[in-house]
Amino acid sequence: MNWKRVELGGWGRTAVAEMLAARPERLGEVQRALAQVGEEGLVVRGGGRSYGDAALNGGGRVLLTERLDRILAFDEKTGELVVEPGVTFGELTRLFLPRGYIVPVTPGTGFATIGGAVAMDVHGKNHDWAGSFGDHVLWLDLLLPSGQVVRVSPGERPELFLATIGGLGLTGVITAISMRLMHTPAQGVTVRETRVADLDAMLAELHQHRSTSTFSVAWIDAQAPARSLGRGIVEIADPAPEDSRFETAPRRRTMPKHVPSAFLNSVSVRLFNRWYSRRIAPEGRQRSLSFERFLYPLDSVLEWNRLYGRRGFFQFQCVLPDKDGPAGLKQLLETVAKSRRASFLSVLKTLGREGRGHLSFAQRGYTLALDFPRRSGTDVLLALLERVVLDHGGRVYLAKDAALSRHGFAAMYPKLDRFRAVLHEVDPEGRLTSDLARRLAIRAGT
Amino acid sequence: MTLPWTGHTWLVLGASSSVARAFARLAAEGGADLLLAGRDRADIERTAADIRLRTGRSVDVLYFDADPYTDHAGFAEACRAKVAAVEGQYLDVFLAFGAMPSQEDIDRDFTLAQQAITVNYTGAVSILARLAPVLESRRGGRVVVLTSVAGDRGRGKNYVYGSAKAGLNTYLQGLRGRLHGAGVSVTTVKAGFLDTAMTYGLPGMFKVAPPGLCARACLAHAAKRREIAYFPGFWRFVMAILKAIPERWFKRLSIR
Ligand SMILES: Cc1cc2nc3c(=O)[nH]c(=O)nc-3n(C[C@H](O)[C@H](O)[C@H](O)COP(=O)(O)OP(=O)(O)OC[C@H]3O[C@@H](n4cnc5c(N)ncnc54)[C@H](O)[C@@H]3O)c2cc1C
Repeated sequence: MNWKRVELGGWGRTAVAEMLAARPERLGEVQRALAQVGEEGLVVRGGGRSYGDAALNGGGRVLLTERLDRILAFDEKTGELVVEPGVTFGELTRLFLPRGYIVPVTPGTGFATIGGAVAMDVHGKNHDWAGSFGDHVLWLDLLLPSGQVVRVSPGERPELFLATIGGLGLTGVITAISMRLMHTPAQGVTVRETRVADLDAMLAELHQHRSTSTFSVAWIDAQAPARSLGRGIVEIADPAPEDSRFETAPRRRTMPKHVPSAFLNSVSVRLFNRWYSRRIAPEGRQRSLSFERFLYPLDSVLEWNRLYGRRGFFQFQCVLPDKDGPAGLKQLLETVAKSRRASFLSVLKTLGREGRGHLSFAQRGYTLALDFPRRSGTDVLLALLERVVLDHGGRVYLAKDAALSRHGFAAMYPKLDRFRAVLHEVDPEGRLTSDLARRLAIRAGT
Repeated sequence: MTLPWTGHTWLVLGASSSVARAFARLAAEGGADLLLAGRDRADIERTAADIRLRTGRSVDVLYFDADPYTDHAGFAEACRAKVAAVEGQYLDVFLAFGAMPSQEDIDRDFTLAQQAITVNYTGAVSILARLAPVLESRRGGRVVVLTSVAGDRGRGKNYVYGSAKAGLNTYLQGLRGRLHGAGVSVTTVKAGFLDTAMTYGLPGMFKVAPPGLCARACLAHAAKRREIAYFPGFWRFVMAILKAIPERWFKRLSIR
């Protein structure tokens, strides 16, 4: 197996690591690569769309799944699909939408891989009824650190299955995924956008659409003055009639390599946010969008993460339970406002229920995502936000995280002990690891 | 709708390599049926399933080992029978297998030199010799062989590999003449550095080209029945310069 010295970062470009990389093209090579791993450990990396350090392993090894991109089986009648881990959401959409099938749960970028989606148990804009990605997984083939390949499912080695859903790649290398696609005659959605004046109005609007709309998501102007705290736009969408004409994704463009770090400051972000909300008329607007355009709005600008300059940015995403959510959200937004730090697109969604994995992020409630360019003092703000989340019984999403504390993590993920017990069994020597796993001491006590 | 490769069956030898995989996908998207052949049967079955699902074309998997002491005659016959089952179907061949042990290892262990020669030269000659009569009798097909710029000039870094490829290049010149009469074209594609599992992480690789682009070029050259092509194209000039340097100087250069 050939190994190559590489330097890779998380999507937020705050965390960067030098590693030895293998890029297997078939299962045998994956096994050979894993067999060569010593104490330095190995992390698996899919599309590299995690923002922080989940797919990094500084000073150690990394296994790239990009060339494991084959579709292994598809049943036209049941929608059951089997793929290799490096297949992306964008590719599945391109191939199966014309045949009347869609991936039931997708993150906001088509560049994420199916392996990465399992390992983070990702959610979409339809969590209230569709659940998390892991809820649609039928079985997984998992290459264990011992070199053995096992099939795991709710019926076979269920505990290992539940540890692997949202398992951050720490239980084994996922080499095949079986899942069910959803039948859809529609090729796009009808989107309705409305402006809302403040947080109460926004939550009421989101709450109303939870049980009635297919997709819902809201954009918050995180720099609104105190009296309009939480104002923004609520976007809801439903499958469009088959004869609709859709606006499709614009031609792909690439972000310039060097954007000055000062480009995004509180003034430019304020202007952006104002423009973003004003582009919708007060009475709202309605459009028909192709699925690609609707689901992956940012994918038409390649490497958009360079917008934040060399120092990169942090994304902070948390979920707060229904009951304490409104108070918690208010406090989070106030904390951000007080810090006078620019959060560019801030996103609010509802989630329907707990994910099935031991370390699944989802729980019933509201999920808020904010981003902050890295400046001195951003870490202090992130620590304050973590505190608010803890106080309101919420959780920080590890796919986005680069700053959570160990005790915060342990308090937010109550099934951590069960997860550790599985790791102790399948990987006693800690061959699979990551910068995130070390930072949060996920293996501690195993 | 008729696609450019409708009515063709591409036999892909060494179907596990990344260039072969990309080539097979493209050919099937272009309407071709496929015979995928190689040693790692389980892996090739995965590629076959993938291409069937993506394109709906017919894809068969055959076991093939480049080692000439395995049954190449029987293999060629099996290919003939598969294609003969469809009236008027062309048989085309993409030969993509190869082995590149490091020269350092070869210097230490002659069996590795032997392996490089067997796979890259003898094995290729053996299977092409067995397929030639089939191609002649079916007429009109296309043969594309992926070789290497390393065959254009011997260098200290990889001269056993290079000499096997040089031998193959010469063999292909003769085969081209022989098959021409039957309307069968033979295309030699001399590849520079490709971004494949074989070269991944090797020192001294510059301007590595993605395998998908190489596959696209191979298919395009086949369509035009080109004789000899370089991929990426700039290697034609690089090699022209390297070949022009007198041996007396070349032996002292660091690029040797
Ligand atoms: C623009 C954008 C929008 C996003 N929107 C959403 C969203 O709406 N909802 C959401 O939930 N997330 C969202 N995300 C986050 C993203 O979906 C997750 O980070 C996802 O895990 C990325 O997949 P990836 O293939 O890039 O994985 P990577 O970032 O490469 O890896 C993620 C984790 O998966 C593990 N992993 C990857 N492949 C394997 C494998 N084969 N076997 C075992 N472990 C593996 C890695 O070790 C790592 O721990 C978004 C990200 C971006 C950049």
